Amino acid sequence: MGHRTYASIPFFDGMQHIELLSQYLVAGITYGTIYAVVAIGFNIIYNATGIINFAQGEFVMLGGMTAVMLHTLLPLPLAILGAVIITMTVGALIEIVFIRWLTSPAVLRLTIITIGIAILIREIALALWGTGVKALPYFTGTAVTVISIGDVHISPQVLWVISISAVMVVILHFFFTYTLLGRQMRACASNRDAARLCGISAKNMVTLSFVLSAGIGALAGCVVSPITYVQYDSGTSLAIKGFTVAILGGLGNSMAAIAAGLILGILESFSIWVMPTAYKDVIAISILLLILFVRPSGIFGNVEASRLKEF
Amino acid sequence: MKIELIIKDSGASPEKAISFAKQLIEEDKVFAIIGPSTSGETMKIKGIAEESKMILISCAATEAIVNPVAKYVFKSPQNDSYAAIRIFEQMQTMGILKIGVLSSNTGFGKAGKEQIEKLAPQYGIQIVANEVYDKEATDLTAVVTKLKAAQVQAFINWSIEPAQAIVIKNARQIGLAVPIFQSHGFGNIQYVKAAGPAAEGVIFPAGRLLVVDTLPKDNQQKAVLVQYKKDYESRFKEDASTFGGHAYDAFMILVKAIEKAGPDKEKVRETIENMQGFIGTGGIFNFSPQDHNGLDINSFEMLTVKDGKFAVLAKQATKKKK
Repeated sequence: MGHRTYASIPFFDGMQHIELLSQYLVAGITYGTIYAVVAIGFNIIYNATGIINFAQGEFVMLGGMTAVMLHTLLPLPLAILGAVIITMTVGALIEIVFIRWLTSPAVLRLTIITIGIAILIREIALALWGTGVKALPYFTGTAVTVISIGDVHISPQVLWVISISAVMVVILHFFFTYTLLGRQMRACASNRDAARLCGISAKNMVTLSFVLSAGIGALAGCVVSPITYVQYDSGTSLAIKGFTVAILGGLGNSMAAIAAGLILGILESFSIWVMPTAYKDVIAISILLLILFVRPSGIFGNVEASRLKEF
Repeated sequence: MKIELIIKDSGASPEKAISFAKQLIEEDKVFAIIGPSTSGETMKIKGIAEESKMILISCAATEAIVNPVAKYVFKSPQNDSYAAIRIFEQMQTMGILKIGVLSSNTGFGKAGKEQIEKLAPQYGIQIVANEVYDKEATDLTAVVTKLKAAQVQAFINWSIEPAQAIVIKNARQIGLAVPIFQSHGFGNIQYVKAAGPAAEGVIFPAGRLLVVDTLPKDNQQKAVLVQYKKDYESRFKEDASTFGGHAYDAFMILVKAIEKAGPDKEKVRETIENMQGFIGTGGIFNFSPQDHNGLDINSFEMLTVKDGKFAVLAKQATKKKK
């Protein structure tokens, strides 16, 4: 009897449904990790400065593009390392040129400056690399290599993205919790003046946070580029999803960003199963709005703490 | 006669295309406009060109640009309905009856989807899954999983974004081993490079520029194509694609008309409208007051990807698989 009812629903065809379910799950995990790895970059600058850096997507694009360019001369690991270092330098320069000299800037003003920076980077990338689509080679195997469990297939690159994000989150967690530098950065975020009274250079901490998040963005750009490809304007769309996920998890919390990324990715994937694909982004934006209305501190955020924040 | 060229980069944005078109017409007072390259942009300025009696030779594909005919609007690329027809003819020879259709949410994707939906029943082909994705999609695994669940015998993807490389990669990753058809938007080797081994065997209609080396000597277009490819590649140091060819055709049609009719806008318009047998990179153009594109279905060749390169789809290949 049970079998008959399944068969009447077009997608459930005998035993196939478990495998389909798993395949959608894998797709969702792929989306989710891409979003999460971008979201982490948002969190670092937010942690140090309280601003949302809308140029984060451009750091991701810059990392991917630079790595592709370097890879014509260098082996893959060196090209990625080079791209991360170059993007970090760009991050530092941006902070020094556009932000450092401002005296007691408002958070909103800084955030708007980052939007300008994003447009600037995008136009420079367009002039430098043109509109072409580029990609790094798959770290393991080729575009069609998959690891199969039964009829469920996953690209090894997805596992690379997952493991690199995981390592990144753990390192960041230790950095912010246990190292002096990390704690200085957090101190600046929670109270700039008090931190300065304790002898912490707030300006250096902000520069450092830009360097760090540029580096993380660039690394993210390198690991996701075989899956998503990279183009001068691919940063924007990645940033929107990354931003959604950062909000969803609770701004500033990288662990929560991973969880929120996976939740959003899996929800999107399953939405494609039951609804036309065109509605996929409706799901993402609806969730974002819902969270902003109902629980602005994010799913995993602390409600008390978020009341004290400016954003 | 000297032609002065004013170049505006509309970056595929319809808004920019509108403001540039107005600028060219009102401030620069140009003789004619070539482009834009996307259907969405062209449709937005079709009315503007017609109102200001400005000759517009678009480099975009959508049939709606020239159907209904606007007196001053022409286009050089082949109609997308021809692309859809060639695809369906190919499917018939391969015995394919149940297909999936994917398209991006752009002017090009939307127009292609409409043509496919309109023409499929005439070829006895049933669309069992029909999905539209965002043009900025970064991964389409879930979408191709849906095609797999619907047990399609083949699928058509209609887009010009990086997504057209992503989709074939994801399809092969999840083990969807059916024939994949793409639109003529696939005629740019960078997408083949991006998709790597996943691009092998993809079937799509395109102008003959991409396979000029393998054309027989007696092909009427061969000389034009060889010359264009050589000139383009020595100047720009990159592979020639059909898109540049469309702009070249548009320009040469205009030049030819001006040479014949002199620098008189009305006469040039009339000359283009009655131009016959012009050999371009996209095909052989025969314009008429009813047909402002001038190309027929034979301007498309069915191509495939073999060892990372474009090749004419071999006739035997049409019979293999079932």
